[in-house]
Amino acid sequence: MSKPQISIRRLNVFYRERRVLKDITVDIPEKRITAIIGPSGCGKTTLLKSLNRLTDMVDGVRVSGNVLVDGVNIFDNGIDVTEIRKKMGLIAQMPNPLPMSIYDNIAYGPRIHGAKDGRKLDQVVEHCLQAAGLWDEVKERLEEPASKLSVGQQQRLCLARALAVKPECLLCDEPTSALDPISAQHIEAQLVNLKKDYTIVFVTHVLRQARRLADYVIFLYLGELIEHGPAEAVFTQPNNPRTRAYIEGVFG
Amino acid sequence: MNRRKLEEAFFKGLMLLSTSIVVGSLLAVFAVVILKGAPALSLSMLTQTPKGGYYLGKEGGILNAIIGSLYLASGATVLAFLLSLPIVLYINEYAGKSRFANLTRLSLDVLWGIPSIVYGAFAFIIMLYVGARASLLWGIITVTLFVFPIMTRAIDEVMKMSPFKLREASYALGSTRLETALKVVTRQTLPGILTAVLLAFGRGIGDAASVLLTAGYTDSVPHSLFDPVATLPLAVFFQLGTPIPEVQQRAYASGVILLVLVLLLSVASRLSTMKFMKYVVK
Repeated sequence: MSKPQISIRRLNVFYRERRVLKDITVDIPEKRITAIIGPSGCGKTTLLKSLNRLTDMVDGVRVSGNVLVDGVNIFDNGIDVTEIRKKMGLIAQMPNPLPMSIYDNIAYGPRIHGAKDGRKLDQVVEHCLQAAGLWDEVKERLEEPASKLSVGQQQRLCLARALAVKPECLLCDEPTSALDPISAQHIEAQLVNLKKDYTIVFVTHVLRQARRLADYVIFLYLGELIEHGPAEAVFTQPNNPRTRAYIEGVFG
Repeated sequence: MNRRKLEEAFFKGLMLLSTSIVVGSLLAVFAVVILKGAPALSLSMLTQTPKGGYYLGKEGGILNAIIGSLYLASGATVLAFLLSLPIVLYINEYAGKSRFANLTRLSLDVLWGIPSIVYGAFAFIIMLYVGARASLLWGIITVTLFVFPIMTRAIDEVMKMSPFKLREASYALGSTRLETALKVVTRQTLPGILTAVLLAFGRGIGDAASVLLTAGYTDSVPHSLFDPVATLPLAVFFQLGTPIPEVQQRAYASGVILLVLVLLLSVASRLSTMKFMKYVVK
């Protein structure tokens, strides 16, 4: 077990009066793929989006508890939230290209964080598109609008865009659920490639996908952390009867 | 024929009728103005200021009003845009679903509904108070007041429609609100912003009542912001009001020029909108 990169301590998230996450305490290991699994509406996405404070953007959300990234609590006063988000790249459920060219989509992040040198940007763009497995398909048409790409290509573009700001972690919110099987395979393959350099947290409700990819598993049910541990252990010998029932497909 | 088919046919007919009334009235307006104005239309209408006596002139042209209108509408559009964009960005990107944002929208809607003559009268009272004369500057101020709610709400509507996932994408990369507002949301809504700006320009250039009391009228092209200025709608209004047939005919010619200006503007806006649509994410 490698050292934890993200330590979640007694995390509670409220949406207006409703408590969406209840006292979550768990460590997420460095440079591994951690899968957050559980039935719909159990708080998977909320947990994921608490990790880069995107929950701030939603009206009526209140958070208590700590999330330590590299030992720093991201909910502390005076924390620069843009730095947190730079560190924690996000791949959304639906591909969300920005309204600009393929090139500018990748260059957007580095530019807002101060990159000016055109040649260096060219290198970053090429490097990230290669890491996302998209370079060969788009290298001839970098100036075209990103929205012209297929949905599968758009998702890889979003992956490349996330990589361009040099994050430490990648937060993936069911990144393949909107994609066709071939594109989904592409994304999965890239994630496996990337885990040597990045801590990857991904939300999925597809158990087979979690089995294929995950090194570590977190099982949520109705906002509570039911079980977590190395994927092997959770999938073969779950401790909690609810985990077992979910894994065996008794409920979904 | 059964009832559903009858229904279908009836409503389709209704739609066709409404559509043809719209297109028909546009053509009718064009026809009347062009037929009545054509005899007086000449190159000198476009290139000369009024000449030949009779107060508004039965010879020469209306260059004074063409230039005046362009100055006035351009100035007001620029000012209104400078006022609109911060408001729209604030209520969409900063204020969230707050009561303040809603109050702002309500105020803008009320302002939108105020007739332009009231803006004219309002500005006129202020002018009396500060002792200002009717001038290009006050015309610009009045038209700004009158078009900025239109522009603001038009931009607001397109910004409200732009998807949250774009903002999320931008924030997730570590953007500030301002970066997200200016580099992503504004870019996504650029075609809509452009349409709103040109809509406001069109309203500004075509309005007579707001400048009636505030911009004055003159036979010459203004040389400074403090000179009075002639405008096309007022030119039409005054020319139509004279008892002299030659001058009345020139009113229709002025109308043609105003129509063509507005038409050119619409076409230009369509073309430029298409250009900017390219990058918009659906």
